[in-house]
Amino acid sequence: MKGQHKEVLFGLYNDEIVLMSAITKARKQHLDIMDVYSPFPIHGLDTVMGLEESRLHIAGFIFGMIGTLTALIGISWIFGGSLMFEGDWPTIFGGKPYWSLPAFVPIIFEMTVLFCAIGMTVVFYIICGLGFGVDNPILDERITDDKFCIAFQTNGMGQSDIDHLNGFFKKSGAEEVHTRTI
Amino acid sequence: MSAAVSRIREPLILGHKNYHQITEDLVGPTEKAPNALWIVAFIVAVSTLGYGLFALTWTFYFGIGTWNTNRTIGWAYDITNFVWWIGIGHAGTLISAILLLFRQRWRTGVNRAAEAMTIFAVMCAGLFPATHTGRPWFDFFMFPYPNTRGPLWVNFNSPLLWDLFAISTYFTVSLLFWYTGLVPDLASVRDRAKGVRKKIYAFVSVGWTGKAKHWQRHEYLSLILAGIATPLVLSVHTIVSFDFATSIVPGWHTTIFPPYFVAGAIFSGFAMVQTLMVITRKCFSLESYITINHIESMNKVILVTGTMVGSAYLIELFVAWYSGYIYEQFAFYNRVLGPYYWAYIGMMACNLLSPQVFWSKTIRRSVWWTFFMSIFVNIGMWFERFVIIATTLARDYLPSSWSYYWPSWVEIGIYLGTLGLFFTLYLVFARVAPVVAAAEIKAILKQYGDQYLGPDAKPHQHHDHHQDEEEEDVKHGGGH
Repeated sequence: MKGQHKEVLFGLYNDEIVLMSAITKARKQHLDIMDVYSPFPIHGLDTVMGLEESRLHIAGFIFGMIGTLTALIGISWIFGGSLMFEGDWPTIFGGKPYWSLPAFVPIIFEMTVLFCAIGMTVVFYIICGLGFGVDNPILDERITDDKFCIAFQTNGMGQSDIDHLNGFFKKSGAEEVHTRTI
Repeated sequence: MSAAVSRIREPLILGHKNYHQITEDLVGPTEKAPNALWIVAFIVAVSTLGYGLFALTWTFYFGIGTWNTNRTIGWAYDITNFVWWIGIGHAGTLISAILLLFRQRWRTGVNRAAEAMTIFAVMCAGLFPATHTGRPWFDFFMFPYPNTRGPLWVNFNSPLLWDLFAISTYFTVSLLFWYTGLVPDLASVRDRAKGVRKKIYAFVSVGWTGKAKHWQRHEYLSLILAGIATPLVLSVHTIVSFDFATSIVPGWHTTIFPPYFVAGAIFSGFAMVQTLMVITRKCFSLESYITINHIESMNKVILVTGTMVGSAYLIELFVAWYSGYIYEQFAFYNRVLGPYYWAYIGMMACNLLSPQVFWSKTIRRSVWWTFFMSIFVNIGMWFERFVIIATTLARDYLPSSWSYYWPSWVEIGIYLGTLGLFFTLYLVFARVAPVVAAAEIKAILKQYGDQYLGPDAKPHQHHDHHQDEEEEDVKHGGGH
């Protein structure tokens, strides 16, 4: 995206149901949608657009497991008494064995949740390219209010293709059509 | 896929709103100058906070000796307030996580404010364990890290350390959940703002544009965070109850503590949400979004959890008698009829008896009743913690060390200070960010708006939403 300008032709819709049927039509006509923007998450939009299921939960699972192991191995290494570790500083508490697993469960659980939540959130911001100070181009300021947007990239397109897209917007119920270079 | 819509279900959004009006109503208040009421409330909150800071400084300068805790009653006001605040902090995650998993749509009206409340309440709660050590500059000793003392590690078998982990995790997860949910609404504020405000909101809204793929991931993230926050929220107060239950003190050493503490936490948390919501909906004219229906739903939760807590009180008494263990029996005899009988009466009256008025539908749907009841419950739950902590310690195994506790001005000052901190943060939050999750309200508008559901709805909307009916919406609903 850097250095290269994108010419974008986008249509704004007033209703998410009109938007969904427009996307279906566009896909039937094999139009290459650059992106769809909406003020709120629309149920079933990913199916209509043919978006792949997100794999964020896999990241969450992996981070959670890292948390579990960090806590389990960390405590076991410190207190010893298990087969693997002799212990960094074994201490007897209340006459219990050095390696008293049931007492470790709360911390293991909390660390699992903590690692999973932080890891997944960080991955979310990274793969979406979001973060403090990120300045993504905004096609229209009403997209976070009440407009639904389908955007096409028109770099290197001939006038006839652009006319075709304009025709598509008109037929599919778009209220406004604009172009912008981002 | 829409959820099945019941014909008898009430609408959650009133006033025939459309998407733009929702933005105006919810984002609008952040753009106006604060009104006189807000300014007065803010001055009061900041002054109370200032007094709290003074009391805190006094504590650090002269030491814990300025508190009235003594050798017998080593935990009193500090830990009472800690447990009270943590309990209040439970409603936010309960509303945002558990109700999300249960697909309770009414949560959208209150989740944002409740989550904010959670974060502020946990901040207030954290202050007490941090200061009750007496030397807070050594609090970093509580964290496990390789050190120069041996290396001597922290005790991973201690409920106090579990608590440290539980509360830090709870705070972090709640903060991530809340902020990620806030991002799309901050983007709404950004896109309406001008000048410096736009720059600030552009920074904090992290470049959100509302891309379909981002929304999909956002939904996933919220769902999974809700999934892990649900056992987390239950674990936090369970672990707080372990602080007491794993000891050998009669009156503390009971297995009923974890469920009883969790129910109590939800109870007090919802009460605080009600207190804030009743005020917020009035101040920001949000009656269309936080409806009587929302208030009634929360009152039902208060009734259920209040009755659970109440039965736990009675079961505790029964089990103490039935155990045949004289020290346990004495602990409960002392709790009810000992020197702190007034605290026990306050607890029973506010927590067990008073919520029973919510069996009446008229009272459940009355804003004034709700407001006063929520205050009662907050007071009652404070008494509960005081009863459990201070009165139990006041009469221990050794009669020669029996004692009586009454807070010093310093302890009261710190407690008032946390109330000041809580309300200061909430008031600031209510000024700078939409207090109701605008994007989530928009997402449920077509299912729960009063033009789609309830007596004013159009007849064709009364079917289950399926693809063929959604085609109809194109014709009828498109013009809104």
